[in-house]
This record gives sequence, C-alpha cells and structure tokens, in this order.
Amino acid sequence: MSSMNILGTWTLFQRETKRFMRVKMQTIVAPALTAVLYLIVFHYAMGERQVPGLDVDYFTFLIPGLMMMAMLQNAFANTSSSMIMGKIMNTHVFLMMAPISPTEALIAFLSASVLRAFVVGSVLLLVLLPFSDLQITHVWMILFYGVCGSLFMGSLGLIAGMWSKTFDDMSMVTNFVIMPLTFLSGVFYSVQQLPPLWQSLNEWNPFFYLIDGFRQGFIATGDSDPVHAIAMVLVLTVSLVMLAWYLWRTGWKLKD
Amino acid sequence: MTALTIKDLNKVYENGKQALQNVSLTVPKGVFFALLGPNGAGKSTLINILADTVRASSGSVSLLGHDLLTERAWGKRHLGVVPQEIAFDPFFSPREILHFTRGMYGQKRDEAWVNDLLEHLELSEHANKITRQLSGGMKRRLLVAQALVHRPKVVILDEPTAGVDVELRKRLWDFIRELNAQGTTVLLTTHYLEEAQELCDHIAIINQGQVIAAQSMQSLLGDVASSSLCCRYEQPVKLLESQKQALQAFAPRVCDGVLCLNLQHQEGQSNFDAAYQAARQALGVPLDTYIRQENLEDVFLRLTHKDTR
Repeated sequence: MSSMNILGTWTLFQRETKRFMRVKMQTIVAPALTAVLYLIVFHYAMGERQVPGLDVDYFTFLIPGLMMMAMLQNAFANTSSSMIMGKIMNTHVFLMMAPISPTEALIAFLSASVLRAFVVGSVLLLVLLPFSDLQITHVWMILFYGVCGSLFMGSLGLIAGMWSKTFDDMSMVTNFVIMPLTFLSGVFYSVQQLPPLWQSLNEWNPFFYLIDGFRQGFIATGDSDPVHAIAMVLVLTVSLVMLAWYLWRTGWKLKD
Repeated sequence: MTALTIKDLNKVYENGKQALQNVSLTVPKGVFFALLGPNGAGKSTLINILADTVRASSGSVSLLGHDLLTERAWGKRHLGVVPQEIAFDPFFSPREILHFTRGMYGQKRDEAWVNDLLEHLELSEHANKITRQLSGGMKRRLLVAQALVHRPKVVILDEPTAGVDVELRKRLWDFIRELNAQGTTVLLTTHYLEEAQELCDHIAIINQGQVIAAQSMQSLLGDVASSSLCCRYEQPVKLLESQKQALQAFAPRVCDGVLCLNLQHQEGQSNFDAAYQAARQALGVPLDTYIRQENLEDVFLRLTHKDTR
C-alpha cells in the first residue's frame, strides 16, 4: 500500500504547530519585542536619515528586513528545536516508528515552519506598522520570499537537527552560521553602502536575496535584480528541500 | 501463519561491533513470546530493527506475511513497539500524546479507546497533566499505551515493567494477557524471568548476537531444564577431588553448602536411587534430601553461561 498517510501528515503538522503555540511567549512575543527594541535603538541612532542609494527612509527600510529576519530565524528554530529535542529526549523514535514517509514528514515539518514564520511576521507587522507609513506594494513578492525563505530555513533546521548530537552542536550552527549570515545580509543596511569586496561576497549569501526580495514587496526597490534573485531563491530552496528529504530518507544521523 | 519470521538477520554497527549474527526466529501468530538474553546480547538491536530505528546489515523480516524491510508503511501500521528507554514529549499531556500517536498511524480519533487505555494503565487521573510531571513508572506505562493506541496486531514490549511497582505490573500484565487472548501477538523482553515463565508460551534466548534456544516454554523446560537431588549434611559440603570423581556421573555441585546431583529421566523413570546411593557412599547419609526442579532462570543462566564460557 503506497497511498499517502494524509491523517498522519496532518497530525504531525498539528503536533509541530501546537508545540510552538505552547510556548508563544518565547516563539511569538519575544521576537516581536526584539524587533521593537531594534527599531527603537536604530530610530534614535539613525534619526530621519535616508538609506544611501535607495529613495527610502531608514525606518521604513528596516521594518521589512526585521520582519524577514525574524521569520527566517523562527522557521529554522521550529524544525531544528523539534529535531534536537527529539534526539536528546529520545522521542524521535516515535516518529521513526510511525508510518510517515520522508515526503510526509517534510510536508508536515516544513508547513509548520512556514506557519510559524508567517505568524511571527504578521505579529511583527501589526506591532511595527503604527510606527511607520509602510505600504504593501507587491503581495506576491512578500508571499514568494516569505514562503521560500521559510522552506529554506525549515529545511536547514531539519538538517541541522539531524546533524546535531547536543544542544551545543545546535547552538554552534545557530550562532556561527545562521546569525552571521542573517545579520550580514542587508537587514540593517543597503549593500550599496558596503566596500566592493563585501558586495561581491554578499552575492553568495542566500539570506541577502531572501531579505532584499521580501523588502522589495513593501518598498518596491532594493539591491538585487528581481529575476536573478527569484532564480537564486528557487534553486536554493528546492535544493535544500531535496537535500533534507534525501537525508531523512537515508536516516542520516537518525538511524544506526 | 506466523506473526514474525526473521531470517539470517545481521547487524554490524559502524564501529565494527557485530550485534546480530545470522539471527533466525519464528514467532507464531497469537502467542505470548519471550525474547530473553543478558545485557548486550542483541535483543534491543533486534527490536530496533523491527521498529525501524536501526538499519539491518542483511537478512529478511516478514511481519504477518509482508516483507517488513520493504513494506515499511504497512508493517508499521500493524506493529506497536514499547522502546526500552523512557521517552516523553514534555510539551504535551498523555491524552494529547495518545491522540497524536494514533493520528500519525493514520487512524481517526478514538476517544473511547484512549480512555480505555488510560484506565487500564492507570493513567486516567494524570491524563491531562504535562508528561514532565509524571513519575518514571507512569511514563513507562504511557509508552505501553502509545504502542497500543493504534491497535496493532503484533506488539513488542522491550522491558516494559522496569521501574513499575509489583501491583501495577500485575495489572499491566493482566491487560496485555487480555489483548493476547483477543489475538494480539506479544513479543516481550524482560529481565524478570519469573514473569516471562508465567506469561509466555514461547521463548527464544539470544546471547552474543546469536539465538541459542527457540522453542515453546513447555518444551524448553521439559527438554532443557533438569531436576536435581539435593542432599543437606550437618556441615556445609566441600567436595574433595575424590568425591567429585565418585559422583562424576551426576554432575555434582554445591549450592549454598548443599550437594546437588543431576537427575535424568527416561521413560518415566529417574535415576534418583542411583544418585542417592552414590551420595551416601561418597559423603555418608544426608540429614535431609529434596528434589529441585530447574526453572526458567536456572535454564537461562545455564545456557547463557555455557555459551560464554
């Protein structure tokens, strides 16, 4: 029998969703508060300044970037924390024993990641909107980059969770890979402000395309070429989802 | 029809350790089957292969006529496994965990069955608590409930009663026996051998990754278990070399200062008289004598000890 276990997939999705809703202070309220703190700090630090090269004030420029950064971090956290907790507490065996295929597991895990990212993004938008006159210009870009970014980070979280043996391993990935790449991706500045070498290096940072593209959905201008960015994001997202699927299928670091 | 047929199963871990060596085993449908073995014998590796948490290096496993290693989804729907290690999701209550587990097996919510399980496993009072708050014994009973919640046809229990108190253990076994009577095949590993002897009708003993005995409990105890003539003397017995020679035919040994001689049975007759006379000649008339029948624990120790000598 090879028919899809739809109820199983739905149940796993529900489980992964309820898990983050159970700790909403940590998963939803805290990122919103962090974003507000960033805004307050940068608002007073930068004043009414415009972003060089882009015809937009710094405050309006910052909000979509902060939103996307929080969405990406939360999408990653949803899958990575579930995997590492499962491994440490040995509950991952229940998932291994259940008749859930790699495709079904990925659908459930990544859907929960996307949902968490959008819940966090929406809360942030609601909290930050009263402070600015931010407009939504291209909904499709917001949705495209939001969904692809969440899938990309959800897959990365799954892979990191499979790889990690301890919470320390996981914090190494979070602090030495995810944090630098998100902070150096143009959330807080336009890449046009960077020296040429850093601008070139930035072209290899997938987070740059995700954040810049998402921001363009609001402010209709950005640092990346939209066609190039869409192609990059699509290729990277599909590749990482496929890699996560393949690793899950082989039981990489999950089965002896 | 067999519930489980394992053929030439091998497992070599990445560190080179061979945990299973050509294990072949048949578990008839509807039986209560004991899989026994000392620590590190390979029982959990075997169970983990069946549960799909460990990969087999080679060999085949058939569950209710389906190839378990290639038809995993089908097999998993019909198999329930209680893992040896306590594992619980700290975010959810036992009731939620049971609903999630059932759903992941593709089965619709069944509140009545979940309540029934919680009641039988004496978890009703704690059904809505967060699992973190449960005691060790409760967490282990929750594992049993999780393994049964999708009503599997074959249940594997890997030391399910470790840390469970005597009274609850008895009630747990009554419940499992009830399920077995309704047709569920049960495969059990336990270090409580008297429990295995009382519950199980079939048995396999595994040692150093190999099956060293696999038969019905009755035939194991009948064929392999022996009875001994025990002779107690005024002073604790210490056998001299010459006495050992004289009693050689009866495999003499001293247990707690008492001389024990193996008895053999043939066509309803035992060599009791010959053994008694030999003891009398070698050590004198004993103060008292009695017959001791080997139980599963004796057989288990004898077989696993012999195998490691």
